[in-house]
Amino acid sequence: MGSATVTDTTVDRAVLFEFLLRMGDSTLVLGHRLSEWCGHAPALEEDIALANTALDFIGQTQLWLSLASEVEGKGRSADDLAYLRDARDFRNLLLTERPNGDFGKTLMRQFLFDAWHHLCLGALLGSSDARVAAIAEKASKEVAYHIERSRDLVVRLGDGTAESHARMQEALDDLWPYTGEMFVNEASDVALVAAGVAPPASLKAEWDALVAETLSEATLKKPAEGHMHKGGKRGIHTEHLGYVLAELQFLQRAYPGAPW
Amino acid sequence: MYAQMVKTDAARIKGLDEMDPQERVFQQRIDTGQKIEPKEWMPEAYRKTLIRQISQHAHSEIVGQLPEGNWITRAPTLERKAILLAKVQDEAGHGLYLYCAAETLGISRDQMYEQLHSGKAKYSSIFNYPTLSWADIGAIGWLVDGAAIMNQVPLQRCSYGPYARAMVRICKEESFHQRQGFDILAKMVRGTPAQKEMVQDALDRWWWPSLMMFGPSDDASVHSAQSMAWKIKQNSNDELRQKFVDQTVPQAEYLGLTVPDPDLKWNEEKGGYDFGEPDWSEFFEVIAGNGPCNAERLGARRKAWGDGTWFRDGLTAHAEKVAARRAKSVAAE
Repeated sequence: MGSATVTDTTVDRAVLFEFLLRMGDSTLVLGHRLSEWCGHAPALEEDIALANTALDFIGQTQLWLSLASEVEGKGRSADDLAYLRDARDFRNLLLTERPNGDFGKTLMRQFLFDAWHHLCLGALLGSSDARVAAIAEKASKEVAYHIERSRDLVVRLGDGTAESHARMQEALDDLWPYTGEMFVNEASDVALVAAGVAPPASLKAEWDALVAETLSEATLKKPAEGHMHKGGKRGIHTEHLGYVLAELQFLQRAYPGAPW
Repeated sequence: MYAQMVKTDAARIKGLDEMDPQERVFQQRIDTGQKIEPKEWMPEAYRKTLIRQISQHAHSEIVGQLPEGNWITRAPTLERKAILLAKVQDEAGHGLYLYCAAETLGISRDQMYEQLHSGKAKYSSIFNYPTLSWADIGAIGWLVDGAAIMNQVPLQRCSYGPYARAMVRICKEESFHQRQGFDILAKMVRGTPAQKEMVQDALDRWWWPSLMMFGPSDDASVHSAQSMAWKIKQNSNDELRQKFVDQTVPQAEYLGLTVPDPDLKWNEEKGGYDFGEPDWSEFFEVIAGNGPCNAERLGARRKAWGDGTWFRDGLTAHAEKVAARRAKSVAAE
């Protein structure tokens, strides 16, 4: 990644805005999913850890969407972006909106996301946009802990009982087709990568290595490469996102303009 | 108050001259303000009373995640969402310290869960009421955490060391919770008429259940007298309720709200408010399992535990495998 200072004149503002939405929308939607577990996790320590992770994600959402708001420059605040856009304008990864399922599926989704998120933020530390690098710096400290925790649990449950193994394998098989999207380079990515703002697609090799090593330790079988779903980056989501937003945005939609 | 009507097994309070030497030394240590620590001798009834109280307190923190968790996904701004997540995480953390404090008395966390799930152990009546609007999240912070603080501040001086110490940290966090609850409401009453109405409705529904948190008058209760003699409890239920009303009514006035009690009146002579009697028949129905949300709250906890069996078993099995592999590699060396 380049080290030259990139200003809004060299990178198209609209492209940068899209990239920031992808980051902020993914953390917002996954934070929402994790919050759904509140009080229902299989152990008290897990309730605490999930709330803590969700809190990290909501904090990161505030940072990404605040910067998105600044870059867009149209007077929409971070809250406006979170609460007043419809599904078609959301740019989160499809993986983050997958329903929680059992606790195994929630953990597997977390691991697959964390593995990407951790590498992505690591690359963004060197972003040519100092504002992006600053957010990555703060978020990467939190995410280093997320990946350590989700990786550890995937290993322990994969190599646990026959039942925990079966559940983790099923979760992996189910979620796998949603992982390819993390590495798809849309036309807009190319300009950002070239300008040194966004991480390169080469993250995939590192991600593959981290996932392969973890799955092997967990005695889980990596699914065959096959069709990968995509569309989140273009706002073409699964049916689930509409319900997430209906819940998340309820008060702002029902009481327009009210201060909270 | 997160522990209500805790029984002590006492039929009456013993005088020092009726105690055997060991118990007399114990009581004298309490009387002189010394802390009792886990490995020290204590009367069986003291130990059992503390287990009842601390586990009830812990269960209340855990069940208390549910009514607030009900609004995390619908919190109206990113900041409110983050604050509520932090608060609920704190509550779960309080549950953890409290279970640990109770474990020092010779009961396991799994045993305490079993008692909760079977209905043998109770949790605070307040968490059997529903959170119907965002203003209820403010009302819980302001009133429910406010009432809890009234009880928990004196518990920092409780005779049992681990409980007293857990309470020091818990009280710091609870004050923050109360302020955030009040702040939610302060913002809403300055908002639209619909928001102000929502806040008044929340106060109307949470006022009486909050007063019930202190439990019925216990001036004539031998259990309370025994708990006080052991310095597990420091104030009567009525004293704490009075203090709560005196603190809260001016705050309600500041918010421009009407406390739903026609008998509420400042009494210059006593320097406090006179107020009406809560409907204790409702309280006893809630305690007996007939509150609006008892079945859902307990059902949610039982389901979480039952659905999580495979998860906990998986972790245990893995730990055993790792230990076995380690033993094998040591043996091979």
